[in-house]
Amino acid sequence: MAQGTKPNDQQFEVFLGHLLRTGVLIAALIVFTGGLWFLAHSSGARKDYRTFHGVPAELSHVPQIVHGAVAWQPLAVIQFGILVLIATPVSRVLFSMLGFALERDWMYVLITAIVLALLLYSLISPSAG
Amino acid sequence: MLGSLTGLGGGVVIVPLLTLVFGVDIRYAIGASLVSVIATSSGAAAAYLREGYSNMRVGMFLEIATTIGALSGAFIAGYISTAKIAVIFGVVLLYSAYASLRTRHDSSVGLPADRLATFLKLDGSYPAAGADGSQKLAPVDGSAAERRWYHVRNVPAGFSLMYVAGVLSGLLGIGSGAVKVLAMDQAMKLPFKVSTTTSNFMIGVTAAASAGIYLHRGYIDPGLALPVVLGVLGGALTGALILPGAKVRTLRIVFGTVIAALGVQMIFDGLKGKL
Repeated sequence: MAQGTKPNDQQFEVFLGHLLRTGVLIAALIVFTGGLWFLAHSSGARKDYRTFHGVPAELSHVPQIVHGAVAWQPLAVIQFGILVLIATPVSRVLFSMLGFALERDWMYVLITAIVLALLLYSLISPSAG
Repeated sequence: MLGSLTGLGGGVVIVPLLTLVFGVDIRYAIGASLVSVIATSSGAAAAYLREGYSNMRVGMFLEIATTIGALSGAFIAGYISTAKIAVIFGVVLLYSAYASLRTRHDSSVGLPADRLATFLKLDGSYPAAGADGSQKLAPVDGSAAERRWYHVRNVPAGFSLMYVAGVLSGLLGIGSGAVKVLAMDQAMKLPFKVSTTTSNFMIGVTAAASAGIYLHRGYIDPGLALPVVLGVLGGALTGALILPGAKVRTLRIVFGTVIAALGVQMIFDGLKGKL
């Protein structure tokens, strides 16, 4: 008992920290690239954010965003960067689960799996919106 | 940057800034804010984790409560008026201001073990070197001699408060850092540094849970998210670098006053139906 933070845990946390920062930097890079491209191609007409219209479906659902980003549509590229950003904490939860599994702490593997399932439900299930 | 310095999410600044100053619809503002909250949390995590304060088991266990809360909050947000959201937001801002100005004291040392916390293996330790205000980083191997042990208390109360934090996060697009720190600091008696850094981890995961739903609803607009991500990221990276500095107290006072004023304005505009 009372072994909450083992030395092992801490080395693993340092690794996780780097993973997260790399994820965020990659996301920022993608957002920045898409943003530059978008500004270069936009007609200069500013969007009105005062009234809410909602983002069109091709920019609000995961498969469509990936599809648009692969086709190099600037807004879809930005949105893909946002997806990468959302994925960084999700990947941290995933790696924590692997870490707990390596320590054979099955109670925490289960707890982490529940958190991961909730996250994936919100990201993937279209009915969650 | 202010957000990462005080252990609160950046969302408490982004939503009022976008709605009150730039006149953006609060739904777009909430979407952009969630994105900023994730960027703040993940961007600062590397620096926090190296210091060895955060308690992964406490964070992950409580994350069940906050993600379920975030999903319910995001769900509720689709059914209530934006004016009501603005008023609730204002109240939370006032509370956050109060929480960031209040002085805290560590009461965790020497408490007896709690049965539920022991069963869940929540008790942990933190580097003693940093606890007395010195800036020395703990050695990565974290040998037991240099670590101070603590017991975790009141697990059910902390878990319930975390659910509330999750609901607020999902409803308002904020990190709910103030409520999370309240749950860990006050209810569960975690040492201050442990609760702040663990809360930083949890904020990102909670925001990711509601961000999925907001994305499907079309609240996350790429044109708004772009400046927010780049701005917050730069701020979070620099903020985590100077966190060990001593002027946090002054920053808290400035930050607390600003968000209190924003809170009053949000309630006022919400009641007048301007938002």
